[in-house]
Amino acid sequence: MPSIPASAETSAATPVLSLTGLSVTFDTPQGQLRAVQEVTLSVSRGECLGVVGESGAGKSQLFLGVLGLLAANGRAAGSARLGTQELLGLPAAALDRVRGAKVGMVFQDPMTSLTPHLTVGAQLTEVLRRHGGLDRAAARTRAQDLLERVHVNDAERRLAQYPHELSGGMRQRVMIAIALAGEPQLLIADEPTTSLDVTIQAQILALFAELKRTRALGLVLITHDLAVLAGVADRVAVLQHGRLIESGPVATVLKAARDPYTRALVRDAQAGAAVAPAAPGDAAAPHAPERTAALTVSDLGVQYEIRRGWLGTPARLDALTAVSLTLHSGEALGIVGESGSGKSTLARAALRLLEASSGRVVWMGRELAAVPARELRGLRRDLQIIFQDPLGSLDPRMTVAEIIAEPLRVHERSLDASARDRAVSAMLARVGLSASLAQRYPHELSGGQCQRVGVARAMVLGPRLLVCDEPVSALDAPTQQQVIALLAELREASGLSLLFISHNLALVRRLCERVLVLYLGRMMELAPTATLFAAPRHPYSRELLAAIPVADPQIQPARLARVRVGEPPSPLSPPSGCVYRTRCAQAAPLCAERVPAWEEPQEGQGIACHRWREIS
Amino acid sequence: MRDFAATSVATIARRGLWSDARRRLRGNRAAGAALVLLVAIALAALIAPALSPWGYDSLDWQHLAQPPSLTAAHWLGTDRLGRDLLVRTLHGVRLSLALAVLASAVSLLIGVSWGAVAGLAGGRIDGAMMRFVDVLYSLPYLFVVIILGTLFTRGSLIVLALALAAVGWLTTARIVRTLTLALKQREFLEAARALGVPPHSILLRHIVPNVLGHVAVYATLIVPQMILFESFLSFLGLGVQEPQASLGNLIFVGAQEMESAPWMLLVPAAVLVLLLLCLNLFGDGLRDAFDPRER
Amino acid sequence: MLKLALRRVASLIPTLLIIVTVSFVIIRLAPGGPFDEEQGVSPEVRANLERLYGLDQPLPVQYLRYLRALAHGDFGPSLRQRDFTVSELIERGLPLSAALGLCAIALALITAIPAGIAAALWHRPSTDLAIAAIAALGVALPSFVIGPLLALVFGVHLGWLPVAGWQAGAPRYLVLPVLTLALPLAAALSRLTRASLLEVLRTPFVRSARARGLGEARVLLRHALRPALLPVASYLGPAIAFVVTGSLVVEAVFGLPGTGRYLVQGAIDRDYPLVMGMVVVYGALTLLLNLLADLACGWLDPGARDA
Repeated sequence: MPSIPASAETSAATPVLSLTGLSVTFDTPQGQLRAVQEVTLSVSRGECLGVVGESGAGKSQLFLGVLGLLAANGRAAGSARLGTQELLGLPAAALDRVRGAKVGMVFQDPMTSLTPHLTVGAQLTEVLRRHGGLDRAAARTRAQDLLERVHVNDAERRLAQYPHELSGGMRQRVMIAIALAGEPQLLIADEPTTSLDVTIQAQILALFAELKRTRALGLVLITHDLAVLAGVADRVAVLQHGRLIESGPVATVLKAARDPYTRALVRDAQAGAAVAPAAPGDAAAPHAPERTAALTVSDLGVQYEIRRGWLGTPARLDALTAVSLTLHSGEALGIVGESGSGKSTLARAALRLLEASSGRVVWMGRELAAVPARELRGLRRDLQIIFQDPLGSLDPRMTVAEIIAEPLRVHERSLDASARDRAVSAMLARVGLSASLAQRYPHELSGGQCQRVGVARAMVLGPRLLVCDEPVSALDAPTQQQVIALLAELREASGLSLLFISHNLALVRRLCERVLVLYLGRMMELAPTATLFAAPRHPYSRELLAAIPVADPQIQPARLARVRVGEPPSPLSPPSGCVYRTRCAQAAPLCAERVPAWEEPQEGQGIACHRWREIS
Repeated sequence: MRDFAATSVATIARRGLWSDARRRLRGNRAAGAALVLLVAIALAALIAPALSPWGYDSLDWQHLAQPPSLTAAHWLGTDRLGRDLLVRTLHGVRLSLALAVLASAVSLLIGVSWGAVAGLAGGRIDGAMMRFVDVLYSLPYLFVVIILGTLFTRGSLIVLALALAAVGWLTTARIVRTLTLALKQREFLEAARALGVPPHSILLRHIVPNVLGHVAVYATLIVPQMILFESFLSFLGLGVQEPQASLGNLIFVGAQEMESAPWMLLVPAAVLVLLLLCLNLFGDGLRDAFDPRER
Repeated sequence: MLKLALRRVASLIPTLLIIVTVSFVIIRLAPGGPFDEEQGVSPEVRANLERLYGLDQPLPVQYLRYLRALAHGDFGPSLRQRDFTVSELIERGLPLSAALGLCAIALALITAIPAGIAAALWHRPSTDLAIAAIAALGVALPSFVIGPLLALVFGVHLGWLPVAGWQAGAPRYLVLPVLTLALPLAAALSRLTRASLLEVLRTPFVRSARARGLGEARVLLRHALRPALLPVASYLGPAIAFVVTGSLVVEAVFGLPGTGRYLVQGAIDRDYPLVMGMVVVYGALTLLLNLLADLACGWLDPGARDA
């Protein structure tokens, strides 16, 4: 299938945006920092340019420089033309007539990029009245219109809401609506989906594709993930260390890149692909059936009570309901789901880091809830966990060496200082960190390095179970692959059991033998990895898989076109019967009446859906 | 796998957060100057009165209300009763500083414990403890001090210090509680629990070092506040009584004489301001030094 | 927003009750009574006096009587200044003290916030040091130093303003006192405003607002100002306490016949009703002003309203 054709006008007309020799420099106390060096690019109407590169490559700074949004110590040089108008060096008043009116910008994190004390409606109408000259009533109508155009449900009610009352996906849609309010010729989206769940990401990307088609906008999509571009971009530009490495049509860049750096990026993107057929890198099928059960979770439930102030009525939140699974020793089990699915809660409840409201957890034959506190602490040397926030999980006042040595201090008190030091430096080497980092503090390390320290700390005692709670979601794609590789290697060497939690199915694929899919705290499907990816049975598993972007420009656009719009329900008021039914393409009246039972067609597999046999 | 142990052990020397903080502090010139000045004043207050021929309450009938002059017998002049102003001012510094340090220490002790316990306990206990603090906060503090001051013999310095401390601990408790709450959220505390670190160890090795920096800074900033409180009280006649000299009551007397003998006001006032300024600057410098993420 | 206000108002009464009770207990505990320093008074006369004022009753009874009277707005008679009830004394002094306090707060806010904003907008590394120095100085100059100094300069040397005292209907007597009280507060507030605004101007949502082409003025006023003022509003609580206590000192320095001296003198004299009356008045005032500050915080930050 051909990629989406660029609009016919583009070849004839002047490009919407053309950058020539654009450089961005910052004045720092340590001297001048060149963030972007001599980049030349252009974008035409109806065309989407994807700008890709690792973090720090200068992708954002490039466009911030074009719009005059750099920090006070930054300067842009070169030429940036919007149509025929030169943007660099424009006086403030003229620049304000361009921003918002001719160029709209969407930023990465909608929670921090929307003004928290103004309602959605206020922020929308403000732009409409400023650039469109509308009066109050007309602006309000148009605002509602815009919200509906970006598929925000219940648009009229949303106008009076504040950003913190909306979900992540909804906020991003609002940002897009605001950016479109001035009827711009060009829309710049800076990592618009990076902080969103994979299904919401797919919806936002589909929205971009639709906007490009229907409004003949010029679109710039900045991202560190090549796969995200495959369905929307017509051309791709690759940046590294502020330089333009390569650019060209998306098919060329993704399939036949010239530059080795680009090829490496493409490889990393495809390593995350979920749709590729089973590769040798896939985790192996479960071993011989007489493996012992290491961790058994039975009917686990976790509930919270939310109280609004002293006088408010308490509401009950079911974070986890009726979860049962068996992890065998040496097995790697992946747990996937979107935010709010209860994955982290499950990880912590399984380790008894938080108290479950119902159900049991049995580790090596012992029920964890019955173990007294002191003995439990001793058991913890076998039950380790790595956290999502690489920097936050390390004590900022301790050096790397002290952090890694701490488990030894607690559990191996017979060791003297020099023995501890030896163990620490051995561990540093094991996780691929240079010994010179031992005296650094966490804030002096990169995200990837911090996470390696976390791994070192978890592994130094040789645990039997390692729980990984979204360990790489805060990292760059190449760094992600490196940390995953490290985990795989460690697992092979020591045969430990692994519980790997992630919202990214593609990562799970590389590491885990079986996968459990959670939604709103309930189990949806449990299957061997290969089976799940080849033939998912549950409609939600299918939605998840369909949402994962694939770095193939020939397949991805069509996949995007099939994405359905749907917001996750609030955990405070879950839908009756099957909690997934509000987003399910196959929902039937039965699904609203009864909660589907957990069926196990084969050992070690399971599914909770009324209709799975019919729709397979 | 190669053995890195031999080469690496040597590099793993012990470095602490205190040496880092010291390093940063040394680079801050304003704070350094403030510290030097502070030490100078404190030393002068301790030693100089012994060197002077005048005691703080010796009356010199021949030199009543003399203006300052370096050639005269009294370098900074005298007051209405002929007492040497330099010596009295230095005495005032001594008294004010001693009271302030004592009061600060007590108020810190109470405040930090209260705040840390409230923050760690959370839930209802936290609510109850902080409600208590809130109520006490709305009592005009001067009133409490006045009452406490009149509860016992007027002019008892220990009582004064305790009264000051009774008021100061409230803010400390609030600050420490907020800090503790923020810390509780941090993942590294959860990581420590997951490692099996026992609770007392978590407190000592993780919470205290992270809170200590802030508390140390706050300590240096609370001392000038205590000096201020005490000066207020002495000014109102409720603190240090005559013939003892504190910066507060010296300024009170000086204010009354200011039309005819302005130096009686200006000398203690200038010293007070200088003292407060140095303490605040030094405190600011400490704060900057203790945060490892400071730009 | 309304819910927040109601919740706070509801907690006012219990808090005030606790304040009254604690104060009652404390002042009764102090040794000595109101009639100890009377000269030439025989024990029988003293006993009669005490009976007259109900001081011979057991403490809990006195407490309940006091509460009942309080509920009717009756603060009781002054034990020292026998010709007046406490209410009358308060009425005489409160307008002046209130005017002093409120003017000081208003002056501080009106000068400090624009100053802080200006300092943030014209932010240069060279001016940073100067501003830090000025602010530090403002904090280090207590009101009982500033007051006499100002009086010295403007009253004695320049003769523009009266040095001390009060004449009804002559507001120029309030100028120096208000200035004295407002100065340290203004220094602290302007420093806070400046730092807060500088931080807000660096946030992603301000950058996002700029990207919408709204113009720097609108971005500043509509998007940046409210979050920037949040720390200032939170600081108003302690600031109010500072003004309340500071006014006591300022009234003493400038000889203003406000209610401040009642508190001090009343405590020394063991004039129970007077002291209790002052506690109630000051306590209620403080709570009320804190409530307003809390509401201001709630208005500035919608996210905090649901907390």
